[in-house]
Amino acid sequence: MVEQQSKIRVLVAKPGLDGHDRGAKVIARALRDAGMEVIYTGIRQTPQMIVEAAAQEDVDVIGLSILSGAHLEIFPEIVTGLKENGMDDVLLLAGGIIPLEDHEPLKKMGLSAIFGPGTSTKDIVKFIQDAVKERSST
Amino acid sequence: MTSRSKKEWREKSLGPALQRLPERRDDFATESGLDLDAVYTPEDLEEVGFDYERDLGNPGEYPYTRGVQANMYRGRLWTMRQYSGYATAKESNQRYHYLLGQGQTGLSVAFDLPTQIGYDSDHPLAQGEVGKVGVPISHLGDMEDLLEGIPLDRVSTSMTINATASVLLCLYMAVARKRGIPQTEISGTLQNDILKEYIARGTYIYPPRPSMRLVVDVFKYCSANVPKWNTISVSGYHMREAGATAVQELAFTFANAIEYVQAAVDAGLDVDDVAGRVSFFFVAHNNLFEEAAKFRAARRIWARIMKERFGAREPRSMMLRFHTQTAGVTLTAQQLDNNVVRTTVQALSAVLGGTQSLHVNSRDEALALPSEESVQLSLRTQQILAHESGIADVVDPLGGSYFVESLTHRLEKAALEYIERIDGLGGAVAALERGYQMREIHESAFRHQMETEEGRRTVVGVNRYVTEEQPVKGLLRVDQEAAQQQVARLERVRQERDTQAAKADLDRLEDVARSHDSTVEAILECVESYCTLGEICDVFRGVFGEQREMAGV
Repeated sequence: MVEQQSKIRVLVAKPGLDGHDRGAKVIARALRDAGMEVIYTGIRQTPQMIVEAAAQEDVDVIGLSILSGAHLEIFPEIVTGLKENGMDDVLLLAGGIIPLEDHEPLKKMGLSAIFGPGTSTKDIVKFIQDAVKERSST
Repeated sequence: MTSRSKKEWREKSLGPALQRLPERRDDFATESGLDLDAVYTPEDLEEVGFDYERDLGNPGEYPYTRGVQANMYRGRLWTMRQYSGYATAKESNQRYHYLLGQGQTGLSVAFDLPTQIGYDSDHPLAQGEVGKVGVPISHLGDMEDLLEGIPLDRVSTSMTINATASVLLCLYMAVARKRGIPQTEISGTLQNDILKEYIARGTYIYPPRPSMRLVVDVFKYCSANVPKWNTISVSGYHMREAGATAVQELAFTFANAIEYVQAAVDAGLDVDDVAGRVSFFFVAHNNLFEEAAKFRAARRIWARIMKERFGAREPRSMMLRFHTQTAGVTLTAQQLDNNVVRTTVQALSAVLGGTQSLHVNSRDEALALPSEESVQLSLRTQQILAHESGIADVVDPLGGSYFVESLTHRLEKAALEYIERIDGLGGAVAALERGYQMREIHESAFRHQMETEEGRRTVVGVNRYVTEEQPVKGLLRVDQEAAQQQVARLERVRQERDTQAAKADLDRLEDVARSHDSTVEAILECVESYCTLGEICDVFRGVFGEQREMAGV
């Protein structure tokens, strides 16, 4: 018997003020093409707006895209907001212009992966599918 | 064995060659998807009715395909203008002095995102963004620091600023006035291209129509008072960065430019008063010949639009003058030194294409703002091209190439077809209000990504010739201390100014905004009484409203 699986729900969000949405939009479409339910927030989202959207849409995954360099200031607020709303189990990912040396601190904070420039969308799709499967089986 | 036509050559020479060794790919095409033949001959030019006088003209003559100056770089080289700004006004000022000391010939100011979107540095939404991608400017004191020691009557300054362009122009003029430099002596360029912000770059504040009015207000003011200022730099750059092809870059840029010129004419300005101050900003991307041909096609398209569509009479109105920047999206975070090679080839296309001014991106910019060392290398890249390569010694060296002329023609034709489509939608503003350009660009961006992932497109160091990456040392990092200083200063300025005078000027600005009068004079009064950028933009927000994002995915 084939198990009925619900679609993975993903919020693709652009925190901060930068308008570079090429990556976010390409990823949103690639995830959708891979069968996920994708909600794209648009640009200039505050941490609070992102947490609220994630709660409202009951997502499994949040993908943050930022290219302004403000990730170390903005991401902690998103992590805190998710915790306060009891959403620690949401898979949190990021991409954009994030120097390698910032990856460890961000991962300690609760981000599961950071995808830098040049990442294949196929790798991101696979990462999400595997991580969500693992989380639902534990 | 000599073949007399391309057809005969295919049969006699190409056919047998292909049987011995098939080609690397089934088909060859430019970045814009224009298919490429193996070779171009006089037949290709005949086919499109190529006419030297009509299609090229000599340099400095209509339609300016070969260049806007008769002798181009033999007289004066392009302006070497590296875009920069970060942390604080003081720190950015030091970088400008450094660059001028290294032989840079013009300034190009990068503003941080809060400044671009009309928020003071202490606004809640500015948190984490102050000084990150550019310099924060909230009031006249910041602008004075930024321009400290810069001879404003001799150095031309380009400012990448759009939604808040008129405010920054007023701040610049206020500094000049304080130093006793007449408005007639300052020179520079304001990007002031709000339409591409909705389409691609994202730093809009108000809805398109009131924003167009603010753009035209700058046209009017400068036309009467600041003769050496380019009042707009219509930018294809950011649309291309967002995914557009070379053809889309041309088409969307000129569709926007048509809207601006039309708006100015509708506001009662003479087309020749406006057009001479319209400048352009294009990208120099990877495909060398397509890019060089693009710049040549751009000059021809603009000259014809101005002459035929707008009835301009002054030669200057028909001359397309443009700044070029190498393509940020082609920089890879992998094998950083490869970026130096990429930008060199891209810069080459800009010079072969006859640019007036150039910025070469730096090797580390896929990771952070460039370090001082890497910016120096970018400037040296320009200097080597200018002084060692010999490419600046003859005007339009690619002119007459069967291939380049054919490509120039095809790019022009494809772009004009697109512009016609946009005209059919009611022009660029009406089209973008429906999300048309955004969707077209997204389609191209997605296609590009899939081609890369499927290996049909090679990106050296990313999907081929990959090596183990090491963390990069020496990246520029803007610390939060700079932001704290900036905020403390802002509080001081608000306390020390004449509060009543500032309030009165803001009230007057609101009245002007509600009328049809030009807003520039009123903004100038505001900045001189130390009203902040955020306060000024809040007045406009109250009157015009704020624009939400127009197109999703």
